Amino acid sequence: MERSVFFQLVVTFGTISLMAIGGANAVVPEIHRQVVDILGWMDAPTFARLFAIAQTAPGPNIMLGSIIGWHVAGVAGLLVATIALLLPSCLLALASSRGLQRYGGSRTVRIVTLALVPIALGLMLASGVVATLAADAGIVGYAITAATALVTYRSKVNPLVPMAIGTLAYVLAWSVGIA
Amino acid sequence: MSTLETASEAPRPSLPDLFTGFLKIGLMGFGGVGPVARHIIVAERNWLDDRAYAELMGICQALPGANTVNAAVMLGDRFRGGTGALTCVFALMAMPLLCLVALANGYDAVSGHPLAQIALTGAAASAAGLILGTALRLLTKAGLARWAWLMAAAAFVAVGLLRLPMLPTLLVLVPLGLVAATLGARRI
Repeated sequence: MERSVFFQLVVTFGTISLMAIGGANAVVPEIHRQVVDILGWMDAPTFARLFAIAQTAPGPNIMLGSIIGWHVAGVAGLLVATIALLLPSCLLALASSRGLQRYGGSRTVRIVTLALVPIALGLMLASGVVATLAADAGIVGYAITAATALVTYRSKVNPLVPMAIGTLAYVLAWSVGIA
Repeated sequence: MSTLETASEAPRPSLPDLFTGFLKIGLMGFGGVGPVARHIIVAERNWLDDRAYAELMGICQALPGANTVNAAVMLGDRFRGGTGALTCVFALMAMPLLCLVALANGYDAVSGHPLAQIALTGAAASAAGLILGTALRLLTKAGLARWAWLMAAAAFVAVGLLRLPMLPTLLVLVPLGLVAATLGARRI
């Protein structure tokens, strides 16, 4: 049982590693699909909460995978998931770096970037929708999501600020009985 | 280990230099590591000038994985080979992972408490808004061509609304995007 969990972590996040164009914000729907719908490791609200915790921590956003690994198999799961998420994309980066130094290819890089940026942005928007639905926080929750989105869209404030305010607002709404 | 002569007058950073630099990037990147990474790599450590940094980020964007992690691999390898790459990635991830373990343990300790669940639900709703807002801001500022808007819309609908598996979606969209980008680039 334990072994198969680690095996699943390696397969799931190892594959997702190479699909994460533009970083982990592109693969939230796929991670959700795998760990909630297919593997049944957690329900959607738990997924949304782990996602929120990963957003709070410093560091690269791929740590969503790390905390999912931790949730299903403790510290060992965290390490296995993190390495599975890092290794394939890092090896690709290493190979690309050396290839570019040896053979050049700035035109290829430009075309690949041109092709991937719109896909990555569409996927990021999809991640936002999936995370919104997974949070399952009712009308007040949707209002907070919309307000946070608006603030993030309009200003370059540190994301932790709207996140803290949103959390506080939800707790307040709950304490007066409207959430 | 192959290393390229970097066209810079500054000496090649040592492994401890790389380690402390990326340790700092990981630790200071609350709410996103991007701006901190630029500050440390360009302004503080002088490892790259602005142009070389922009070029590096361009390559990182064309690769899967977090941009900063890719930057750590590439800079580490450029300055100190494979050992350098490993050092930089380890340094970048070490402190954030420790913070995450602390946060996760905190979550475990309070997860039975209703107020904690409420707070986390609120945090989850806000975190979703963060991604939505960021995606919208980047989409409106990216100056996308018409075909690129179509690609973005297709990716959004397939993965976000229809909830299609990602691998087949990418296997269709990425080649289409490459063709469109090649044709588009030819006209420039």
